[in-house]
Amino acid sequence: MLGDGILKGLVETARNFAGSYVSKERMTTVEYPEERLPLPEAARNFPFLVYDGDDWEKGLRCVACQICEKECPPKCIYIEKSKDKKPDYVGKPQIYPAKFDIDISVCMSCQICVEVCPFEAIKMNTEFELATDDRFAGLLLDRKQLSRSNEYYHQIHPTEASEVDARLAEEKAKVEAKAKAAAEAAAAKAAAAPAVGSPATPAAKPAAPVEAKPAPAAIAAEVAKAPVAATAPAAPKPLPGTGSDGTAPMSAEDKKAAETPAKPDEGEPKAQGEPKE
Amino acid sequence: MSASSIKTEKLAGWNRPPVIESDGEGELLEVAMGPHHPSTHGVFRMDVVLDGERVIKLKPVFGYLHRNHEQLGERQSYLASMPYTDRLDYFCSLTNNWAYALAVEKLVGQAVPERAEYLRVILAELTRIQNHASTIGFLLQEMGASGTPLMYAFREREKILDLFESLTGSRMMCNYMRFGGCRVDASPAWIEATRKVVSGLNSFVDEFENFLMTNEILMARCQGIGVLKPDLAVNAGISGPMLRATGVNYDIRKVDHYGIYDRFKFRVPLGDHGDIYDRYMVRMLEMRESISILNQALKDVPAGPVMDPKAKIRNFRPKAGESYGRIEAPKGELGFYLISDGSPNPYRYRVRPPSLINLTVLEDMCLGSNVADVVLIFGSVDIVLGEVDR
Amino acid sequence: MTDRLDQIFVLLKHWLLGYLPESWQTPVGVVISVVCIIGLYPALFAITTVLERKGVARIQNRLGPNRVGPYGILQPMADGIKSLTKEDIVPTSADAVVHFLAPVILVVTVFMGFAVLPMGRNMVLVDMDAGLLFYFAMGASTELSVFMAGWSSRNKYSLLGAMRAVAQMISYEVALLLSSVVIVMMTGSLSLVKIVEAQNHYSYGFPHWFIFTPWGLAAFIMYAVAGTAETNRSPFDLPEGESELVAGYHTEYSGFKFALFFLGEYVAMFSISALGSTLFLGGWMAPLSVLQVVPSWIWFFGKLFVSMCVFIWLRGTLPRLRQDQLMNFAWKFVLPMCLLNLFVAGLWRFMGDGWLRWLVCSAILILAYVSIGREGMRRQKFGPRSYRYAE
Repeated sequence: MLGDGILKGLVETARNFAGSYVSKERMTTVEYPEERLPLPEAARNFPFLVYDGDDWEKGLRCVACQICEKECPPKCIYIEKSKDKKPDYVGKPQIYPAKFDIDISVCMSCQICVEVCPFEAIKMNTEFELATDDRFAGLLLDRKQLSRSNEYYHQIHPTEASEVDARLAEEKAKVEAKAKAAAEAAAAKAAAAPAVGSPATPAAKPAAPVEAKPAPAAIAAEVAKAPVAATAPAAPKPLPGTGSDGTAPMSAEDKKAAETPAKPDEGEPKAQGEPKE
Repeated sequence: MSASSIKTEKLAGWNRPPVIESDGEGELLEVAMGPHHPSTHGVFRMDVVLDGERVIKLKPVFGYLHRNHEQLGERQSYLASMPYTDRLDYFCSLTNNWAYALAVEKLVGQAVPERAEYLRVILAELTRIQNHASTIGFLLQEMGASGTPLMYAFREREKILDLFESLTGSRMMCNYMRFGGCRVDASPAWIEATRKVVSGLNSFVDEFENFLMTNEILMARCQGIGVLKPDLAVNAGISGPMLRATGVNYDIRKVDHYGIYDRFKFRVPLGDHGDIYDRYMVRMLEMRESISILNQALKDVPAGPVMDPKAKIRNFRPKAGESYGRIEAPKGELGFYLISDGSPNPYRYRVRPPSLINLTVLEDMCLGSNVADVVLIFGSVDIVLGEVDR
Repeated sequence: MTDRLDQIFVLLKHWLLGYLPESWQTPVGVVISVVCIIGLYPALFAITTVLERKGVARIQNRLGPNRVGPYGILQPMADGIKSLTKEDIVPTSADAVVHFLAPVILVVTVFMGFAVLPMGRNMVLVDMDAGLLFYFAMGASTELSVFMAGWSSRNKYSLLGAMRAVAQMISYEVALLLSSVVIVMMTGSLSLVKIVEAQNHYSYGFPHWFIFTPWGLAAFIMYAVAGTAETNRSPFDLPEGESELVAGYHTEYSGFKFALFFLGEYVAMFSISALGSTLFLGGWMAPLSVLQVVPSWIWFFGKLFVSMCVFIWLRGTLPRLRQDQLMNFAWKFVLPMCLLNLFVAGLWRFMGDGWLRWLVCSAILILAYVSIGREGMRRQKFGPRSYRYAE
């Protein structure tokens, strides 16, 4: 019959009208800014730099390796390395970024910088209320504006942050164990034979079994004396070409380029167990 | 090579009337519709020549959204092009990602773990549903239904976009597929949430269909308008719902057997007349088929890694060679053609945009119809300017 | 008591006039009534714009305007201030006098129609014997202003839009008239007051509205369709459709003049709804005899409100008809049905009282509707389809 399709449509519309007063399904408006929807955990907007501890300058995880700068598709990251080194959270001297600018008017939130960062230093922030009336400088975030603490990271991405912390703690434990083993071996060698052999070999042998052994207090003191950067340079993923053996420090990698090999204030030549995997 | 030396052959079914020169009397009205126009889906211009109300000639003009996507692809590495593919067809970013990942995986012969394949299928079908719902909504908006069906479609689309956001981090620019799998794994909570959303979709499609399918005004405005014949469609390279509405059975999911589509039972709806109403109904029926695929896929997503452990993220240098990877995107056949010369950047990176190819027959469909119908026919082709102009 | 409430406006007016000398009473009385009408209907227009936006919004699962005033009811103030402070642009090649007069004529003629509508018991401005004729004469003049607007803009597209609008309005004017003629036939009078009186009795508590007869129902449906088309409301609003090429006859108007066109369209809607309720729904009569305690003017404005809601409901649901489909519909469907309705109404009168006339008249009308509807759809070759799947 002519007209019944129209009547069906009218009934449907009336149902929606009535439903909009009673059901949340039919009235999905969220009156921003008085009400806000909670963002899901995985949401991403623009990057930020993570720092451990309380002081953002001292605890910044970034070591200016410039991998994110190279991989960024629209090339919105600008990094300048520092001339000197500063001790990071665990006291190991690292170079740090003197300048780390991200132009968020260019950034397309693709998250590739987060994926390729080997040091868990850059992560995605969820803040989106970034409107400013300064068209160029207001949207160019510098190092200070980009830094956020690890606690903040836990707040916005709890699962991810816990995973990252677990990974870093594991790396730190590995490094400490290695350093302890190396210290033991070096001390044994120093006691047994006057000449220290190839630094790689003694470190290599105990490296495998002592994967996750926690360092006893005495060795821990020694390890603390010989600053081993356990947290910052921990690599989350095994980069191709590196194994989990102690000979890793000798392989040529980008991370090597970021750190200077010689550390004058260390007792054992091999205790700088660059925790590489 | 001068223009006269290029030979063009008359394609079968291409019955275009000769070009009509304006005879200076002013009887023919030349109008430019767009690029600022409420009904063109983006910045698109159509130069129409009208005789009273009838269209005599129609020339589409585009390029207002050209962003050098293919040039950029040559400048940067393979991975860096992935976020740019999101922005090609900005409604369906996940299918764009999949097509590109497929092309690169073909180039290097990369295998994809099974869980990743399941996730890809689930996300692609969700994308298809939200795209078809929005297209139908836009078509009705242009018909003057003051946005009501559009709002209903967007209500469902929001649920799907929320799923995307909780998995990939972003609602529309997902950047989720990688060469060798997917970027992050989906938690069991996400699979559960997806199941819930999918279970509500059937009633939405029923409501939508009920609202519109027997509406007499809709039928009067859509049936018999913008007819496309099957042989012209095949010769012109049309693909997607537009092709299937003319009656040609060609769905790349069934032809190429890419991904794991062979494991799912689904049917391919076909139309008979090739007019706007058929295209709209084929999309509606495809939504139902997508829901059935989703139900099947969500039942048994296997555990496992979502990324092949041997896949490289950085320093990815494929050997010299070329590949063409294509998928059944919601708009048609979306293909990526890559030529590699062994360096980290591709030598040639070409996108085969379904929207652009489907637009080439716009004039043939619009000749002889009213101006009011041109808007509807254009809407039924379902284009996104990001893809047309790249 | 209820009588006093019912006649409160009449009594108020007489009390005011009591303070004036004899010779002044009639003219001042007229002026008071006119001022009331001119004050009341724009206020209703303001409320209707908010109602429409919120109604359409709720249909679309969203809130309407809700920032200006509680629940957005002060939105028309904001819109009014906006349209008053906008620059009044008149194209240089436009015919300035005609350009200025078009909205004025629209508003004036639309308000004139209210002169003969009874808004309550004893509440009609002028009790004309040929009230319906006067109303339609004024209604037809609104088409003049539409054409003046299109012509004076000297814009090819506006002119096209205006011609389309006028063609549409003329076609549906015929349908409007023919559906009202049935009522005139049955009551034997052109006076709207007498038409309401003819409906003003109740049997078993139910009113004798004309809509409760077969020919009345058919006529009411035709009248509603024609009324929607007369005022260019959806689904017949192609002349002012935004997504079409031709922009419409009020493209070249901005600021206050555009607001006047808008006002004219809505007040025309009120006017046609009011006439419809007078002719078919009993005007100021209560729906049940027990409800006569509620004053008559409340029922009148209640019926007006319900008509507005139906207009808004139609707008939120239906897509537009194309121009030629519109005209086809008017001449090939509505007009034949109206003529048939006239015949059926005559049959009703001459068959005398009883259940037979109900049966016969309803049967004729339903049969005609179904067969003409089906034939029309078959001729145009559209109908529901079924789809096949590939093997």
